[in-house]
Amino acid sequence: MEGRVHSFQSLGTLDGPGVRFVVFMQGCNLRCGCCHNPDTWDCAAGTAYTPEEVVKRAVRFKEYFGTAGGITVSGGEPLLQAEFVREVFRLCHASGINTCLDTSGSIWNEKVAAQLEETDRVLLDIKYVSDGDYRRHVGCGMAAPMAFLDEVNRRGIPVWLRQVTIPTLTDSRETVLALGKIAADHPCVDKVELLPFRKICQVKYDQLGIPFAFGHLPEPSGETMKELNALLIHQEESPC
Amino acid sequence: MDFKQWHEFNGGAWQNEINVRDFIQRNYTEYTGDESFLSGATPRTKALMEKLQGLFKLERQFGGVLDIDTATVSSLTSFSPGYLDEENELIVGLQTNRPLKRGVNPFGGMRMVRQACEAYGYKLSRKVEEEFRFRTTHNDGVFRAYTDEMRAVRKCHVITGLPDAYGRGRIIGDYRRVALYGVDKLIEEKKKDKSNLSGGAFDTAHIRLDEELYQQIAFLGYLKEMAAMYGFDISQPAANAREAIQWTYFAYLGAIKEQNGAAMSLGRVSTFFDIYIERDLRNGTLTEEGAQELMDDFVMKLRMARHLRTPEYNELFGGDPMWITEAVGGMGEDGRTLVTKSSYRVLNTLYTLGSSPEPNLTVLWSTALPESFKRFCAKVSADTDSIQYENDDVMRPSYGDDYAIACCVSAMKVGKQMQFFGARCNLAKLLLIAINGGYDHTSGMHIGPQMPVLEGDTLDFDTVMERFDIYIAWLSHLYVNTMNIIHYMHDKYAYEKIQMALHDTDVHRFMAFGIAGLSVVADSLSAIKYAKVHPVKGADGFITDFETVGDFPKYGNDDDRVDLIAKDMTHRVITELRKTPTYRHAEHTLSVLTITSNVAYGKHTGATPDGRKASAPFAPGANPMHNREENGALAALNSVAKLDYDDCRDGISNTFSITPQALGHTEEERIANLVAILDGYFAKKAHHINVNVMNRETLLKAYENPEEYPNLTIRVSGYAVNFNKLSREQQREVISRTFHEAV
Repeated sequence: MEGRVHSFQSLGTLDGPGVRFVVFMQGCNLRCGCCHNPDTWDCAAGTAYTPEEVVKRAVRFKEYFGTAGGITVSGGEPLLQAEFVREVFRLCHASGINTCLDTSGSIWNEKVAAQLEETDRVLLDIKYVSDGDYRRHVGCGMAAPMAFLDEVNRRGIPVWLRQVTIPTLTDSRETVLALGKIAADHPCVDKVELLPFRKICQVKYDQLGIPFAFGHLPEPSGETMKELNALLIHQEESPC
Repeated sequence: MDFKQWHEFNGGAWQNEINVRDFIQRNYTEYTGDESFLSGATPRTKALMEKLQGLFKLERQFGGVLDIDTATVSSLTSFSPGYLDEENELIVGLQTNRPLKRGVNPFGGMRMVRQACEAYGYKLSRKVEEEFRFRTTHNDGVFRAYTDEMRAVRKCHVITGLPDAYGRGRIIGDYRRVALYGVDKLIEEKKKDKSNLSGGAFDTAHIRLDEELYQQIAFLGYLKEMAAMYGFDISQPAANAREAIQWTYFAYLGAIKEQNGAAMSLGRVSTFFDIYIERDLRNGTLTEEGAQELMDDFVMKLRMARHLRTPEYNELFGGDPMWITEAVGGMGEDGRTLVTKSSYRVLNTLYTLGSSPEPNLTVLWSTALPESFKRFCAKVSADTDSIQYENDDVMRPSYGDDYAIACCVSAMKVGKQMQFFGARCNLAKLLLIAINGGYDHTSGMHIGPQMPVLEGDTLDFDTVMERFDIYIAWLSHLYVNTMNIIHYMHDKYAYEKIQMALHDTDVHRFMAFGIAGLSVVADSLSAIKYAKVHPVKGADGFITDFETVGDFPKYGNDDDRVDLIAKDMTHRVITELRKTPTYRHAEHTLSVLTITSNVAYGKHTGATPDGRKASAPFAPGANPMHNREENGALAALNSVAKLDYDDCRDGISNTFSITPQALGHTEEERIANLVAILDGYFAKKAHHINVNVMNRETLLKAYENPEEYPNLTIRVSGYAVNFNKLSREQQREVISRTFHEAV
């Protein structure tokens, strides 16, 4: 079995708890306007690896993982290669490495279900809080990720909900409160992370000759991020 | 023996012999809690530090040197006492009679002293010139004996930075002995050693040692005189914490008055001090605030230590560092940690007095260190960029649990081992000389075995290696012999009397060799092996450049194909060095360390097959070349961790710069992740790491507006520097280094 991998990052501290070895899978089913990895979209690109080859690399960093860290498979959309990811995770578990899946949750099938059996944590990107925004800016409806979240919740896999804070689109109090509500409704969610929209990926779009759909939007200010994060903390503290 | 100053201490072997380690082991109190007990700076400390900051500022305005006494040769008693603020200082003693004023020390060599004086607008006095007219300096001696070939390798920069014109340094006296035993006891023991020699056969080695002991004993006497000038009688042991710190400092001060060695490291004093501090705290004669004040005052004194150097020296090393290295923490052989509250107190000076390159605080890291101490270290690193880490778990098996670090990465048992410092050879340049059959294109000199230039359109790996081996063997033999001359002459003309008096008489010696340009060589050989390297010849028929076609594995990506080439190079070099016997039967060791001289080494080296342009800087120490890391920070660390400490027992330096954002979102995450990175790196048996947590933008701002960042400290290669003291070229190089960023 082989999977197509875009790249590896040996020191990931932002994609899951602790120090993590991050595998960026090649290929994506979505075309989010805010995407910072357009070079992972093309399913035919990347380099082919066997699960053993990927895990062999991950194992070299095991000493750095401590009790919190491990491997994170991101992308692209890793669920497009769910069988491969499942095997990577299974081998990681055999080597005592914690597994984390970074996904949009937009794909569901038997392979995905099987893959979740080997997943210790999910980082789920809730891109917007309305079906309309999803359809306009992502290329799928909101039902799929919500169903995915329900399923993960049913299985009791811990989840970080993540959302990119994009000025004019997701930087309102209402959006963040709605995101907080989704989290509150799913006990599996133990953290909500707001990631500021960044435009350093403009270079990648230029190199690929693809227009950057949100290239005209500004980055959110530190102040905005602080205010929005405060809403989440406040919500977590208030008794339901 | 027994002294009233030892009351309440647990007895043991240390009472019957000079054995500081035994005293520490029987008396220290390990501390596994967190930093919450620490006190901040008192108003007294703040006022003193403010005064000192003012002097530092003045020194900068004066071009780096505040004042020079050109008429007084620095020695233990040649200057009347000096103070920063006599009324308020808790620990006293300066190298000269005024703060930051420098004395002259011509024992290593007159030329350096003359040049240094002139560079700062002074002229060495007639008096000193007269005094030294009929004296042989270390520098004189060395150049009397150097062969033409030794002069040539030195001149064309194949071996550079040799300690042949000033003090060799890298020797750590066991300054604690003065506090624990008092000077009289130390003299008594040395006299015994001297009389024990009387029955032996008086050959060269025996006579030399006999005379050295005479000098040691004489200088211990001067040390007492020096302390007496400040009103202290150090013939007896220290009776409390303040005295223990004062006595230890006097011993160190004696050493830096006598010697202007490049690295004048301190050793491992904080846990020793802690025993006295704990006793005073217990007896109610000291408070936590008072304990921190003592540590602050001591560290302030260390920050005032200066030697007179030439501007060229400062340019090479980025300011005028003294590598006052203090080893902190580590584990004991019995499994208890050697971390005490005073390990925290000494690190806390980076907050009470602000961040600073000196003293060179070096944490001996073990995966078994108390978690709260690990976290505190990580926090201090992230806040101040002023500490470095070395792997106690790889050093302890060889050096026990009472070793310290000389300079940046050189381990030695305190008071039992010393080293003959030997700078480094430029391995990348040697590779080019080998390919050109003994011609150095940069200097235009023919050097080493003379052979034809390597033929062919494409370099062949095996042919290059065969050729390289010939030149490694040639240089290694020459390097050892050069070092033998240097250290013979240093012992003869500039022997370290006080520092060696604070060693066991039967001392183990290392001879520390070094290499620069390891990553350039590894990548160049990898290019030759895995890509196609076409040599480009100049009109004179020698190879001046290379065209490299195709990709090749690069050191810094956790790729064994090239990482093992780097590892193999260190093994080849140390193996060759060992074939030539050393002066005084010293043990050969090797370091991969460049300090900041990676810029200078690069400047004197032509284009290399890895694609590095002529004159471009090398990566520092054992670092991968800048921005060749493609798989992130940990892959780069793994590559360095593969170098074998057994082959590089004088240390393997790695400097790691990461942006705060790449370590995590919150301070809490950043600390936890940095601890995990250090634990992982050292579990891989890596030896050393400098940690900088900062953004490149900060450095760019400091580059543009230096006056706004007077105290910006950055770890470079085995030590820290004040960013503003780096040359513009070094600043640019530091800025161009890989910063591991968030993706």
